[in-house]
Amino acid sequence: MLPAPFEYHAPHTTEETLELLDQLGDEGKVLAGGQSLIPLLKLRFASPAHLVDVNRVPGLDVIEERDGVLRIGALFRHKAAERSTMLASRYPVIAEAAGQVADPIVRNRGTVGGSLAHADPAGDWGSVMLALDAEFVLQSKSGRRSVKARDFFSGPFSTALQPNELLTEIRIPAAQGRTGGAYLKLERKVGDFATVAVAVHLQMDDGKVRSAGIGLTAVGAQNLKAEQAEAALRGRPLDDAAINEAAELAAAAAEPKADQRGSEAYKRNVVRVFTQRGLRRARERARGGA
Amino acid sequence: MAIETPLKGFVGESIKRKEDDRFIRGKGNYVDDITLPGMLHMAILRSPFAHARIRSIDASAAQALPGVVAVVTGELLAQHKLAWMPTLSGDTQAVLATDKVRFQGQEVACVIATDPYVARDALPLIEVDYEVLPAVVDPHKALQPDAPLIRDEKEGQTSNHIYHWEAGDKAKTEEAFAKADRVVTLETFYPRCHPSPVETCGIVADVNPATGHATLYLTSQAPHAHRTLFAIVAGLPEQNIRIISPDIGGGFGNKVPIYPGYVVATAASLLIGKPVKWVEDRSENLISTGFARDFHMKGEMAVRNDGRILGLRVKLLSDNGAFYADAQPSKVRAGLFHIVTGSYDVPAAHVEADGAYTNKAPGGVAYRCSFRVTEASYLIERLVETAAIELGKDPADLRIKNFIQPDQFPYKSATGFEYDSGQYEKALRLALEKVGYEDLRKEQAEKRKKGELMGIGIASFTEVVGAGPGKHYDIAGLRMFDSAELRVHPTGKAILKLGVRSQGQGHETTFAQIVAEELGIPAADVEVQEGDTDNTPYGLGTYASRSTPVGGAATAVVSRKLRDKAKKIAAHLLEASDEDIEFDHGKFFVRGSPSKSKTIQDVAFAAYTNLPDGMEAGLEGVTYYDPPNFTFPFGTYLVVVDIDRGTGQVKVRRMVAVDDCGVRINPMIVEGQIHGGLAEGFGIAFMQLITFDEEGNCLGSNFTDYLLPTSWETPKFETYETVTPSPHHPIGAKGIGESATVGSPAAFVNAVIDAVGHLGIKNIDMPVTSDKIWTALQAAGAAE
Amino acid sequence: MGRPITVTVNGEKTSAEVEPRLLLVHFIRERLRLTGTHIGCDTTHCGACTVLFDGVPVKSCTMLAVQADGRQLTTVEALHAGGALHPIQAAFKEEHGLQCGFCTPGMMMSSFALLAENPDPTEEEIRWALSGNICRCTGYMNIVKAVRAAAVQMKEAAAVPAGAATGS
Repeated sequence: MLPAPFEYHAPHTTEETLELLDQLGDEGKVLAGGQSLIPLLKLRFASPAHLVDVNRVPGLDVIEERDGVLRIGALFRHKAAERSTMLASRYPVIAEAAGQVADPIVRNRGTVGGSLAHADPAGDWGSVMLALDAEFVLQSKSGRRSVKARDFFSGPFSTALQPNELLTEIRIPAAQGRTGGAYLKLERKVGDFATVAVAVHLQMDDGKVRSAGIGLTAVGAQNLKAEQAEAALRGRPLDDAAINEAAELAAAAAEPKADQRGSEAYKRNVVRVFTQRGLRRARERARGGA
Repeated sequence: MAIETPLKGFVGESIKRKEDDRFIRGKGNYVDDITLPGMLHMAILRSPFAHARIRSIDASAAQALPGVVAVVTGELLAQHKLAWMPTLSGDTQAVLATDKVRFQGQEVACVIATDPYVARDALPLIEVDYEVLPAVVDPHKALQPDAPLIRDEKEGQTSNHIYHWEAGDKAKTEEAFAKADRVVTLETFYPRCHPSPVETCGIVADVNPATGHATLYLTSQAPHAHRTLFAIVAGLPEQNIRIISPDIGGGFGNKVPIYPGYVVATAASLLIGKPVKWVEDRSENLISTGFARDFHMKGEMAVRNDGRILGLRVKLLSDNGAFYADAQPSKVRAGLFHIVTGSYDVPAAHVEADGAYTNKAPGGVAYRCSFRVTEASYLIERLVETAAIELGKDPADLRIKNFIQPDQFPYKSATGFEYDSGQYEKALRLALEKVGYEDLRKEQAEKRKKGELMGIGIASFTEVVGAGPGKHYDIAGLRMFDSAELRVHPTGKAILKLGVRSQGQGHETTFAQIVAEELGIPAADVEVQEGDTDNTPYGLGTYASRSTPVGGAATAVVSRKLRDKAKKIAAHLLEASDEDIEFDHGKFFVRGSPSKSKTIQDVAFAAYTNLPDGMEAGLEGVTYYDPPNFTFPFGTYLVVVDIDRGTGQVKVRRMVAVDDCGVRINPMIVEGQIHGGLAEGFGIAFMQLITFDEEGNCLGSNFTDYLLPTSWETPKFETYETVTPSPHHPIGAKGIGESATVGSPAAFVNAVIDAVGHLGIKNIDMPVTSDKIWTALQAAGAAE
Repeated sequence: MGRPITVTVNGEKTSAEVEPRLLLVHFIRERLRLTGTHIGCDTTHCGACTVLFDGVPVKSCTMLAVQADGRQLTTVEALHAGGALHPIQAAFKEEHGLQCGFCTPGMMMSSFALLAENPDPTEEEIRWALSGNICRCTGYMNIVKAVRAAAVQMKEAAAVPAGAATGS
């Protein structure tokens, strides 16, 4: 398994990168962590003529919470997310998901932004971002635009990102009130893609749900946002009845397909069970528990 | 502070491994590490279809790519009568397809290029015109009259049926069933899996155009047998072939067969006159090299209501893929599957086996297993579990009631084996005690009341390892003996050369320990050499747990031969008569006066400097050991699991393993073998699966789909031992490399079934995945 | 076609011209002839090719050689720099943490990075940290033991006062 030939570019600034992407158009492909792209090149499932390696562009790997927004640079690596104490305390869904992406060595290299741009429906970050109601900053030579996570994914490995655009930043509304979150992933072994995973992000006010975000992994053509389940929780105390209702709605929102990982009914049930468990875990965390 | 006596490496001492020093420094020497001047690289074009006729192959564009030296097709090989080769089960296998492709991934053409990247670039430039034919991937369907005929090139082959084979006594078994209170039935499928050592298969073929000498650096578990087969297949004079099996990155049966890539690389080197390297990638390894298992089994057990087993009847259908290439002794057809009566005194048994061709890769290797003993052990241990559930008996009690008793050995089994030794109840009771069985059963009952699922699985396996005897067991006619050559040099240091080949089992250490035990030369002073056919005596190789039973026995016997001569020399040196010389761990002394003694080192020096009159110089010898029987390692594995009713996920809480492999040469290494085997058994039970869609596309073609357990999923193992020496092995040892892979899958599955059996769930076939468990729970109305 | 790169490998600067598609693992194995780094799976699962890239474990079959330009690589061959075995190497031998030896270099590099970050890991933490490296021989039991033993060894060595080791 060896890649076909390609041209390699290693720009040092965002401007240089955008210029290159603009010139190369469909022929160019951005290389971030490369943990999905390079295996695809080796299998020759993808053979772009040009690779634009953004790893030498400074400033793309930052994370900061300011002015009501959590900003995550596109080159922020899974491992950094896994280790961040700020994320663990304020955005547990991110920290918990980060530790379950691929395996520890892949996490050293893989990036949050690269994973989102790759848009594997079994990828973990899409669901997390849907639960967090994130938006993505897409930059091109001609300007920048922001796209909501729910509008970003358009199918398997398919997004709103244009060939001349670079996903530079992820913006997440800063956590407010008592926040909890959880990422429950059923994988057959470490390094496997999810059979099913559920991302939950919860903000509580006076014992009631101020807002709930629920993202679903590997149960549709893209990562899904369980909007009806989210809506059903809003403004309610998070009791068993509310949790069960949301779990049923999340399961109904799932569009799983049977494969070697399991039947449609099985996956739908795991969505239900994980939504229940995820909401309970998030509730504990919002209360200041583990 | 205690003074530590340095270990000499006698039998029973856990000395550290001699081979480790190079591996921990990154200085191992594996096939892919070998680079020769002018070496070319080979890549293989493989069939995208499971079944298709080849109309034409046009390699001109590939041939024209700069850097490409040659493109080899089946047509070219046919000109040299190399398009087909014999298999280890008396069938033929295509080296490169000429008429049809018969499985996805089959070798169609090879590119030889100056650079491995260029060789890959050339593959898509080869144009193959295929006429796609209907494929059959299910052996039951393959045997139906309207199934597409896979082996239409074989004269007289009118169906996909390969063989019919029986063992045991049919009439006596029918009688036993007629007397039974009840017949317990289990239909189960042991799915296709793959050994997947971390190192894939490969070769560097270096045929010298001037001399015709072929040096083949090969990932081979059996270099001598491979040399003979190469001589036969390629028509090369055997003395001109040198196979060097360098360090091997794990074998587990995967490196027993000869693969088409080896043959083409050798032929290419011969034709081009330059060394050719071929190292397969992981996908090639998974889709084309020796798979294992793929047995559809129906077991019936005749039992009395008190739990006594009266008889066993098995029908099995093996799925052998497109070529019958099972790596097995030539006189059997389904390996040693007839060991299926296991650890139990079963008065009557009958096994009926049939094999079918399908459009799948050939293989049937003994994956960490002695020729189908794994499938047999799985079936009997699952059947006993089923019987326990149906009879409402404790599975441990049911086993104890039916075990072959210690005073019954040597025990003649209903299918014709003579078991050498065993203490099955002792091993089981130790496992029960260590796991705290009674408390666990109480806990299980409590949990059940709360609707929680917990299971305790037992497997009390018996293996049959260490083939020969040569009279009954041979590989392609070559008797299954093995060899050891020992040379003791004047300074008392020794070289031991063996016909077996380690792939990680620690031969360089354990075999030196046998010499240490028998001759008293410290293990550190015994250099063990294997793998080079020019430099080692002929042997059949390392697989089926035969190295210690056969190669180890040869080592002990050759050491004793040398000891006998050494005694005579010692008598000469001590001016005593031969009969008065005694020997104890490296010291020869005159009976009654231990102060008058000579060391083995003194004697070795004398063997070259000061000999009795008329004695030949030197202290060297060679032995070819033909074992009188197999050895029969055994043990009990006990697994405790908890099951999540919401997701079907299984958590292995405990895994207790009691193994009895007779005398342990190096307990540390033995334990390491058990750990590894248990982890592979865990993988097989829960995740490792090679499967196919209806069109014959392989759905386990890389590690994304073919799942190997990591440190995170793999349970922690608690290992214990009993010691029942083999009565016929020179040092009482039995094979241990495979017990854990043979015995543990049934223990894992039994644990799951034990957790859900009360709900009416009697069987879940491997791999026991969370979705299968949940689906069964759902059907039983017990899922969350 | 060729692109010049300069990489510091095991402390030594080396320059080469490489095709952009050349995988880092091939650069290490074929160009530098450091064959202790192995190839096991091609799809970023087995970790046999693990090396340290600026001190961080990466799977070198899933990086390009050109990406290493200007960076630091550490391979298994550097562990016994100066001739003495690193405590991790010694512990793998002592605890029988290897059999066929093929996964061992990758395992040791991951262990090295783990202990640099967490000098006193629990068994669970070790199993978690090594879960990107596959071993088919050992069942991981003795690998975990080896890493624990190395941690203890390194801690003890670190506790020796600075002057005590001199002159030995």
